[in-house]
This record gives sequence, C-alpha cells and structure tokens, in this order.
Amino acid sequence: MSGLAVTPVLAQLSDDFFGDRQGAADRCPGNNELCPGWIVDNFTDYLNPLWEHVLLSVIPLAIGFVLATGLAMLAHRYPKLAPPFLAFVSILFTIPSIAFYLILINVTGRGFATAVVALTAYTQVLIFRNVLTGLREVPQGTVEAAQGMGMSSRQILFGVELPMALPTIFAGLRIAASSTVGIAGFAFFAGAGGLGQSIFADPRFRGNVVAASVLMILLAAALELAVLAVQRALTPWQRAVSR
Amino acid sequence: MQAATLEFRHVHKQYPGADKPAIADLSFRVEAGDICVLVGPSGCGKTTAMRLVNRMIDLTSGEILLDGRSVMERRPAELRREVGYAIQQIGLFPHRTIADNIATVPKLLNWDKTRTKARVEELLDLIGLDRSLGRRYPAQLSGGQRQRVGVARALAADPPLLLMDEPFGAIDPINRERLQNEFLRLQGELRKTVVFVTHDIDEAIKMGDKIAILKEGGHLAQYATPSELLMYPADKFVEDFVGADRALKRLALQRVRDIDLWKAATVRTGEDSAAAKAKLADADLPYLLLVDDRGRPKGWLSDRALSGERIVEDLRSSADPIVEMDDILRDALSDLLAADTRYGPVVDEAGAVRGILSLEAVGHALAATGGHVPTATELARESAAHDGRATADGLSSGSGSDLARS
Ligand SMILES: Nc1ncnc2c1ncn2[C@@H]1O[C@H](COP(=O)(O)OP(=O)(O)O)[C@@H](O)[C@H]1O
Ligand SMILES: [Mg+2]
Repeated sequence: MSGLAVTPVLAQLSDDFFGDRQGAADRCPGNNELCPGWIVDNFTDYLNPLWEHVLLSVIPLAIGFVLATGLAMLAHRYPKLAPPFLAFVSILFTIPSIAFYLILINVTGRGFATAVVALTAYTQVLIFRNVLTGLREVPQGTVEAAQGMGMSSRQILFGVELPMALPTIFAGLRIAASSTVGIAGFAFFAGAGGLGQSIFADPRFRGNVVAASVLMILLAAALELAVLAVQRALTPWQRAVSR
Repeated sequence: MQAATLEFRHVHKQYPGADKPAIADLSFRVEAGDICVLVGPSGCGKTTAMRLVNRMIDLTSGEILLDGRSVMERRPAELRREVGYAIQQIGLFPHRTIADNIATVPKLLNWDKTRTKARVEELLDLIGLDRSLGRRYPAQLSGGQRQRVGVARALAADPPLLLMDEPFGAIDPINRERLQNEFLRLQGELRKTVVFVTHDIDEAIKMGDKIAILKEGGHLAQYATPSELLMYPADKFVEDFVGADRALKRLALQRVRDIDLWKAATVRTGEDSAAAKAKLADADLPYLLLVDDRGRPKGWLSDRALSGERIVEDLRSSADPIVEMDDILRDALSDLLAADTRYGPVVDEAGAVRGILSLEAVGHALAATGGHVPTATELARESAAHDGRATADGLSSGSGSDLARS
C-alpha cells in the first residue's frame, strides 16, 4: 500500500488530508530536513493524533481479543469449526485496509467506528490462531487427570486449558499489538485520524514524518511491554520455572 | 472414609466403530483394602477396564459395583470425585502450586479453607515432602516428587477406591523401586482399595494382593494371588507372560521370616566350653556363632576358641552377611551369594540372632512343597549315605568358601 497508489482514494475520502504545509516547514532552514528544533517546538501538535492512535490500537485489540478467544474456544470445543473459522479470519486479514474502509463506509459511515471494525478484524487471525494452538497444546494427560478428578468441561476449559494456554495466547497478543499500531497508521482513510494522518499531512517534510513515525514505534513498543507485563502478572508459574 | 469393594460382573466394552470388543466378559471381585493389579500386554484393555470404573468410559453391558452399587447409577462427576485417580503422565496442573494441585478435589467438593489446608499439609507429610514445597510449582520439583504429588492429589478427599494407571511407568528404575516401596508402606497405613494398572509383571507381583492377567481383547486369563499365579499359571499365555523365571520370581514374594530358618548355636565369651559344644547337638549347623551380651552376632568361632575351659573371642570369620527377618528373600539370597557364603545369621529388629538363613533353606522355599526344611545335618546324612562321608563338614568343605575362608 504505497502512498502513490492511494492518492485518488484519499482525495475521495477527505479533502483536508493534504492541506497547507502547516506553515511549519517555512521556519525550518533546510525546508524538508529533519529539524529537531522544530519537532520540539511543535511536539504538542502530535499529542492529539497520538491519543487517537492509542485508542485505534487498544480498542480493536481489546474487542479483537474477546472475539477471537471466544471463536477459538468454540473451535476447540467443536473441532469441525476450526478450519472454516481459520479460513474466515485469514481472509479478513488479506483484505487491504483501503478496500475494507470503502466497503464499511456504506455501513458504518466515515470515522472512528469504521476504523475500529476493520482493525478489530485484522487482529482476529493472529489471536485466534494462538489461542487455538495454546488450547490444543495442553497435554492430554493433564486434561485426563482433570476429568478423572471430576472437573466439568467448563471447569477444565477455564481452570486448566485457558490458564495453561496463556503464554501462547499472549505471544499472539503481542504480535497483534504491534501489527495493529502499524495498520492503524492508515485509519485516517476512514476519517479516524491517528498518527498516520500526521504523516500523510506533510509526507515530504522529514521532521514531520520522523516525529510521527517515532511516536508510532514507541507506541507499539509500549503496548508490547504492557502486554508482557500483564502476561507476567498472570503467569507466575513461568517465572518460577526459570528462576 | 473406609475402603470399598469393587466387583466387575460380565463386563463388556466395545468402542464405537471397533469391530472387536476392548473388554470381553470380564468378571472379578476386589476385596476392600486390597491392591488389585491389572496386568497384560499393551492394548489388552487395562486402561479401558480402569476407566469403566469411574465412568470416563461407559460400559456396553454388564455391571460394575462399587460397594455393591452400580456405577451406572451414579453421576459421573460425583463418582469421580469419590474415586482417586492417578496416571502415568501425572497430569499435574503446571499453573497451580503443589498445594493447589493437591487441593483440587477438596475444592471441587467445596471444603472450607481450613480443612483443605490441613488436609494438604497432612498429605505432604504423608508423602514425605517438606510442607514448604506446597508453595512451589510442579516444574520446580523432580520427577519422583511430582509422582508423589500425583498420588497425594488422588488421595486428597480420602477416596475409598484409588485407580492408578501405570503410575510409576515413566520413572527411572531406581526411583520406581523407591516409589513402589513408599506406596506399599502408605497402603499399609491407609488400606484403600486400589486398582493398579501396569504392563510389568514384576511390578504386578510386587504390588498386588490379587493380580488380574488380561490378554488381547480384554479376556481375563487368570485372577489369582501373586504366588498362585507363579505356582499354578492357568495356561500357556500366563506361563509365558510371567516368564521362564517364575520360580525365581517367587523369591520376591517371600520374606526371610516366612521360611523355616535353621537353628543357630549361639555362645558368649566366657561361657563354659563343654556346655557350648553340647549346644551343637541341638543346632542345624555345626558351628558356634559368637554373640554379644545383647545377642547380636559377632562372628563364627574358631576351634581354638573352644580349646580352653571358657570360650574366648577367637573368630574364624565374621558373621557377614547379616540378614534381617523383614528382608525380601530375593535380596537375602543375593546377599549370601555376594558374600560368597552359604550361611548368614538372621537378626530381629533389635539385632539379636533368630536363626540362620542358608542356601538350602532358600532352595527349599523355592521347591515350594511347603514341607519341612532339611537341616545341614540331615543333608549331610543323606550325602553320607551316598558317598560314605559321615561328617557335617562335608557340606562346607565342598564349597571351599563360607566358614572355612578365614
Ligand atoms: N477411545 C478409544 N476409541 C477406540 N478404541 C480404543 C480407545 N481407547 C482404546 N481403544 C482400543 O481398545 C483396546 C484396549 O486399549 P487400552 O485399554 O488402552 O489398552 P492398555 O491400557 O491395556 O494398553 C486397544 O485395542 C485400543 O486400540
Ligand atoms: Mg494403558
């Protein structure tokens, strides 16, 4: 998805993407150079897009996690459902986001909701696959022992299988987190703002591109770390082993 | 809770889609407090038979009665919480602490916290694990410790019946032996009814009060005590399965106290020599065993020790090997052979001499006629009848080892 290819779409979606150069570049001597001083002066201009980007990442991740985990649990319980489910979430992932937005705009209109729907769809395959793998990797002997002690299938799913699958589930969630931050860079096509909008607002000005991109990278790293922290808090037995 | 009786009555099990039954007309009865071992080659239906009991699988026809009540009348979850279950894979929950693992069934039964905690500590003590290990996770324990926890978890709610499917199958031989011994000791205290599955006939002989040998297709080949099985195998299959060394295997079933020992002539230093010599007439072995003032063996006396009026401490050889009454006959025989001798004093818990274990006595136990054990004197007389040598010394001089080696 190059900037060139999407330019006509952009024009259709919005008329304010390529507005003025924000007057900013004028103040930078090298015009399109990096201009760290300019970045410092204009840093606050990025806070709002950053916050939008945070929401565009966290909300689809949260909804996507619940949905994909539910689907995976169903597919685990009824193994015949697994192949069609996997095919479905895989296809979702291959839809280019612009096409996705164009389709959704007729349903959900331009804006945040459209972006969230599409971004949630993209998280599905990564989380679904890992939850299902994690559930399937629970050793047969452990499940058998649980059955033999009189645990119900619900007690086994929530008390044994899901906790034991957590490391694999969280691995999927981490990949989904950085992937979502990246794909959310195109959410402005749907009119949902985000740091992508800042980049495309002045793509030739290196200072602008670098500032917005670095924020995206930092956001992705922060989300991954947050997921990792939650994982560590929820899986104390894993630390106990490596100690 | 006390132990339950378990009875299989004409039980059949055919898996859906299978062309042959996995269990065919299986009937046997396990008395309360007994260990019943299901043994047989792989695929003969041992695991299936065991799982029919706690309804992890439902039988096709027939009846399984737990304390006289058909298991088919019971709700599976409730039944399983009442029947202990331990398997080869152990299946500890890696995400729960050892204490939480052991508390699995008490929690399912909604025991209160205090009672559960007390029970967990009691079980940790019972399996010989330090209480502080209760806070660890399974991955922090050794394989043997994990297996013990698996057994403790199965025992947690004090079930009247315990099902164990090859529980020590994945443990190295040395630790397996230790775990077997520990379990037998535990069982001595708990007296549960146990169904124990194994494919190892030696384990079956060691663990079982009763052994059910299954053959292909879940047919019961023989149901008997270990010694009956070894002495009177029902057919060629059982004979082959127990092995050509079945006579020797019986040694593992008996303890030294179970067989007729030879009478020893024991003396103390300072005793009157003439009186000591007179004791020999009564003994089964023509040598005097010197003991200390508490009756513990010191060694075999030399002739010089008797030359004076009173006995002095002059030994021809040490008393080794010293055998204990509770030793398994196989181990005691091994001790004799390792020490390159034919006799060893047998001592009780206090270490005092109770008799003499000899190769002849072991051989007689093996012959299993159950009759009288010939003494050295009798044997010597027998051999004298053959070759004209009239002294009991003929026995030991022939071996060129044992007492004469000093
Ligand atoms: N769930 C099952 N479905 C169909 N057949 C089974 C199942 N479990 C075991 N069997 C078959 O039943 C027979 C007995 O198996 P099993 O009880 O596991 O034997 P063992 O424990 O003695 O090795 C085997 O032929 C096995 O293939
Ligand atoms: Mg088996």
